Formats: sequence, structure tokens, C-alpha cells
Amino acid sequence: MLEACNLGRRYRRTWALRECSLTVPAGHVVALVGPNGAGKTTLLHLAVGLTAATKGTIRVLDGLQPGCADALAGIGFVAQDAPLYRHLSVTDTLHLARNLNRSWDAQAATSRIASLGLPPGKKVGALSGGQQAQLALTIALAKRPQLLILDEPLARLDPLARHEFMSLLMAAVAEDGLSVIFSSHVVAELERVADYLVVLNGGRLQVAGEVDDLLAGHRVLTGPADLATAAKAQLNPVRTSVAGAQAHLLCRTSGPGDPVPLDFIAQPVSLEELVLAYLRDPSVAALPGPEMAVPA
Amino acid sequence: MTIDKQSKQGGAPPIVFRLDAASGVPTYLQLVQQVEQALRLGYLSQGDQLPTVKDVVAALAINPNTVLKAYRELEHRGLAVGRPGQGTFIEGTLRHVGIAEQNSLRKALVAWLQSADSAGLDEDGIVAIFHSALRDFREHRVTGRPAGRNRGAETGTGQVA
Repeated sequence: MLEACNLGRRYRRTWALRECSLTVPAGHVVALVGPNGAGKTTLLHLAVGLTAATKGTIRVLDGLQPGCADALAGIGFVAQDAPLYRHLSVTDTLHLARNLNRSWDAQAATSRIASLGLPPGKKVGALSGGQQAQLALTIALAKRPQLLILDEPLARLDPLARHEFMSLLMAAVAEDGLSVIFSSHVVAELERVADYLVVLNGGRLQVAGEVDDLLAGHRVLTGPADLATAAKAQLNPVRTSVAGAQAHLLCRTSGPGDPVPLDFIAQPVSLEELVLAYLRDPSVAALPGPEMAVPA
Repeated sequence: MTIDKQSKQGGAPPIVFRLDAASGVPTYLQLVQQVEQALRLGYLSQGDQLPTVKDVVAALAINPNTVLKAYRELEHRGLAVGRPGQGTFIEGTLRHVGIAEQNSLRKALVAWLQSADSAGLDEDGIVAIFHSALRDFREHRVTGRPAGRNRGAETGTGQVA
């Protein structure tokens, strides 16, 4: 669905994204996570074809060059803040989108608008932020894409609007089986929707993998602080936090059968804890081995 | 992804799922436990159709694969059966544990509580051990791996010391 090989993009002297090699299989809901300026938008724009790579290659869908006609038809993209023409009505916006896309499912679009309760005659600018986001998503879905790319779809939405937006998106995934890549800096809400996680930090790829595998592959070991140094040398943890008496070590693990050091207890890790631990230390990474990377 | 067709029989589904984000229990397992609980309490019975994947996904805003995983787990436990093109239906019942068996289990637990108390554990400590052991037990049961070392016991020594 998305294959990047040694991908890099430089703006003047700054590398917004560098040495990014990544394979995301189809059929996933992918969360792209990272702090501001991590290169999330750059990666998404490269995948859509809005910007060209300075180095390396990127392919989308079945090995297509981003921006070619087939790739454009197969990918739905909603940019940050869901840009729409504010002075057009909802109906006119749909009419415009219908004429700008090769494929268009008018019936799905109108029935979605009706079930969302969006007033067809109302100007887009007069809709709430949540309704505008839903309209943008409806348009992106109506072209029946194989892959939907959303840049920070939740950023400006209140909690209820977030839930409704995600309901609409997940129902579409269940119905049409499309793949989704969305970027977000709201880490807490990802666990429910995303089944694949990509973490970018400072323009570099830091974590990539299926959420279940990542959670099963990490654990927190808690034990006495005086034993932490020895355990640290043995286990090479992702992150260590040591207090006067107690230490927490976030470690990789091969599974529940992995031995626990004496006097330590093992606990499962949450996705949020895992993401934050990696983001705090940009030097560690959890990436699939080189045998899984795409040949150039 | 195979998704069951929308239920055409009309009427509301027999149960509605809810999620507790703070529970720490994986989402799919929460769905499984709620079906089991509904079976125990009689909200669900043999032949009832579970909500369609699309309905659950739209109501909870969760990944469809999570619901599929939960329904597969229910099939695996012999509580539900998926009929292609129709949906997932309740099949089988939960085994009821007899009063006598419950009483003997309770006695064993009280004896354990007494030994925990004499070891110096307070109530919170006991609850912590129980939860940790239960979680281990549940994980091993779900993943089908043998329990191996008893980590619950290690937890106890670690916390008391």
C-alpha cells in the first residue's frame, strides 16, 4: 500500500524527512505519530504526490508513482484543517467534487450527508468545525479510494466531533475495506482505531509495526533501584526511570515466556506509554529488520 | 476483510457494547467479556444475533478488526458462530458453576487470604496480587500458551520485600 525506500525530502538546508524506509501492507488503519515538525505532513504529501522526493523512492497502492493518474484516482486525501470552499453550499461542494473526480459514488455521498444531518443548502463556512470535517471525509470517501490519507483529521475537533468523525471513518473501513493512513499528535485515542503504528521523530522513522505486535513485543519491568543497573546492562531497555528505591524499565520482549529478572515484576505496556517512551529518546528505534525493507 | 451484511430482520440488536478506556483490558476482550456477562445475566440466549461489525464500529468508533477479533474469540470459546453473509449468532451457553463447587472454591480462597494476611499483606496488597495473577492467567489462556512460571507468586515476594 505504501513503500518508501531511503526516502528523503529537503527544504533548503533542512531535511524534513530523511532515510525513511518503510513498507505498510494494505488493509490497515495506520496512525502516523510524532511531535510537531517530525515530518508527518511531508511524508503524507510525498505519498499523495503534492511534493517530490529529494532522495530515494516512494510507491503507493500497487507500486504506483505518487501523483500519476491512477494513483490520484485510487487515493483520497484530506489535508490539514479540511480545506473547503467556504462560500459554496454543501450541495454545490458535492457537485464540484463530482466533476473533479474520475469515480464518484453520488448515492453514497448524498445518503451519508443525509444521515449526518448536514443541511444541503447551508454554506460550508457556516457549518461547525466537526461538520466541515465530516463533509471533507464524505467527499474523500465518495470517490471510492483504495487508500485514504488524512492529515491531522482530529486536531481541531471537540471530543464529540472526534468520536463522530472516527465512527464515520471506521464504518467506511468496515464497509469498503479501504486502507487508511492518518497523522495525529493525539496519542491517547489511537489505540482504539489504529492497528498499525508509524512514529516519526525529527525527520526520521522511529517505530513501524502492527500495534498488536508492538504491544506484545514490549513490557515494563518494575523492581528495586539497586538492581536496575545490572538489569539495564542485561536487557538494554528502551527507557529507564529510576527513583530512590524503585525502577521501571520499558524493555523489548519475545513474549510472555521471556524470563523476568529476580525481584522484578513484568507488566504489559499501553500504546500511549510506548509511543511517549520512544519519542523521549530519539536514538532508539523499533523497526522491522532489513530483510523486510523494500529493495530499491 | 469480510464483513457481515447488515441485519435485515429489523428490530434493535439484543445488546449494546460499551468501552472503558481506563480499565486496561484490551478492547476486543472487553467485547468478549460483555457478551459473556450478557449470557450469564440472560440478556442473550441461543440464536440471538450479535450486533453487526459495522454497527459496533459505528457506535464505538473502533477498528473493525477489533470487533472481528472479539467475534473470533467468542467462536473459539464456543459461544458464538459466524454464518457467512448473515452475521454472528449466539451458540451455546456458559457453563454454570454449581453452588457446592462455588462453596469449595470460596473456602480455598479464604484459606489463601488467611495465609496472605499472616504474611503481612494488607487488603490493597492482596487485591494487587490477585489482579496481577488474574491478568497473567487471562493472557496465557487467550494466547493459548502454557502458564510456565508462576509470576503471581514472584509478585508477592517482590512486593512484600
